[in-house]
Amino acid sequence: MIPGSFDYVRPSSLDEAVSALRDAGDEGKVIAGGQSLLPLLRLRLAFPEVLIDVASVPELHGVRDEGSSLLVGAMTTHYDVLRDPLIREHAPLVAAATSTVADPAVRHRGTFGGSLAHADPAGDLPAVVLAMDGVFVTSSREIPAAEFFADYLTSTLEPDEVLVGVRLPKAFAGWGFHYEKFHRTAQAWAIVGVACLVDRSGGEVAGARIGLTNMGSTPVRASAVEAAVRGGAADREAFRAAAASAAEGTSPPSDLHGSSDYRRHLATVLTARALSAAAGV
Amino acid sequence: MPRVSIEVDGVKYDDDVEPRLLLAHYLRDRLGKVGTPIGCDTSNCGACTVLLDGMSVKSCSVLAVQADGQDVTTIEGLGDGQGLHPLQRAFHQEHALQCGYCTPGMIMAALDLLRENPDPSDEEVREGLEGNLCRCTGYQNIVRAVRRAAGDLSPKPAQQEATR
Repeated sequence: MIPGSFDYVRPSSLDEAVSALRDAGDEGKVIAGGQSLLPLLRLRLAFPEVLIDVASVPELHGVRDEGSSLLVGAMTTHYDVLRDPLIREHAPLVAAATSTVADPAVRHRGTFGGSLAHADPAGDLPAVVLAMDGVFVTSSREIPAAEFFADYLTSTLEPDEVLVGVRLPKAFAGWGFHYEKFHRTAQAWAIVGVACLVDRSGGEVAGARIGLTNMGSTPVRASAVEAAVRGGAADREAFRAAAASAAEGTSPPSDLHGSSDYRRHLATVLTARALSAAAGV
Repeated sequence: MPRVSIEVDGVKYDDDVEPRLLLAHYLRDRLGKVGTPIGCDTSNCGACTVLLDGMSVKSCSVLAVQADGQDVTTIEGLGDGQGLHPLQRAFHQEHALQCGYCTPGMIMAALDLLRENPDPSDEEVREGLEGNLCRCTGYQNIVRAVRRAAGDLSPKPAQQEATR
């Protein structure tokens, strides 16, 4: 289908992008790679009057080493994330989840920041950034991941705010990691996904971080499981027992891919698998 | 109306385009490059895959204005008008198509795959083409064709010897 009409601007600096958004009022929309937005425009599920293309804003590009953290520019494509040596070294969970996003052609265009700002709870990256306690750096402030995802396809970004990048702590560099994605076909969204980091010391778990994909209107942390495995044995039996509470406090959707009860069950099974894979047991 | 300058299959075009014009529609309706079909309109099928600055993209999911200043290669840019490109020949030889609707996208996605991985395994071909759907073949012959083309495209031992 053909999208509805809109104006198009391509600012070349962050200031210009912010003023273009301000001029557009509530009718402006930022486009990054467009791999989520263009299908919505084609299906006429979105009707922005002005598209602000941030592809030429230099501040949004590249991955920077900031000492104790990485700043991943919002316009970094999934393709570039997968090949970035800093991400491979300090945030391999991000690369693992990114490798499951859609397909190669979409990964060439789709961006790290765009898929996070889209705030789709079925997207693979929100649960990862939530589990890592990432910080969203915008044109005007910094937003902790726990406060960024407000609702289905809704972030706490203001209408005149541009996502510049996401700060990821290097604290998890030595941790075991795994992204467990359950989907019906190649390139499909996760029915449920589990982003998992495990800090093992000997046969014990010193700490764990778990983010769940598609278990509610926003990504959620499996805090009960994180608490249950801490200080316990790093073995499959212990992980299975702890993962029984993975769906605690979640309200997963029911759709043609599965009921919410089915998703609750999947969350327990997949969390146990993700913990085992991350811990290497 | 924004003006774009896009090189398609080696020819440079300068055109005024509506911002909402999709690259797929620009190629087909404005330039007559109907070798690139549109399949699904939901970004799933990959039939409209072309190369944008050498990388595969679904041309239904790119605006023509976003492609300003870049190079596009479509299926029509592969052969020289006389002989077939090795991927086209391999698809023919291995019977990697029935209706043919997915074939341009399959070949462009395969070209991108072989750029990154000149000798892919069956599994790697399947992963490389996961964004392209075929409803006729069951993919078996497509995988064979891509691997055959990989062999045809890689330098022969004699050529390698000669370049040493």
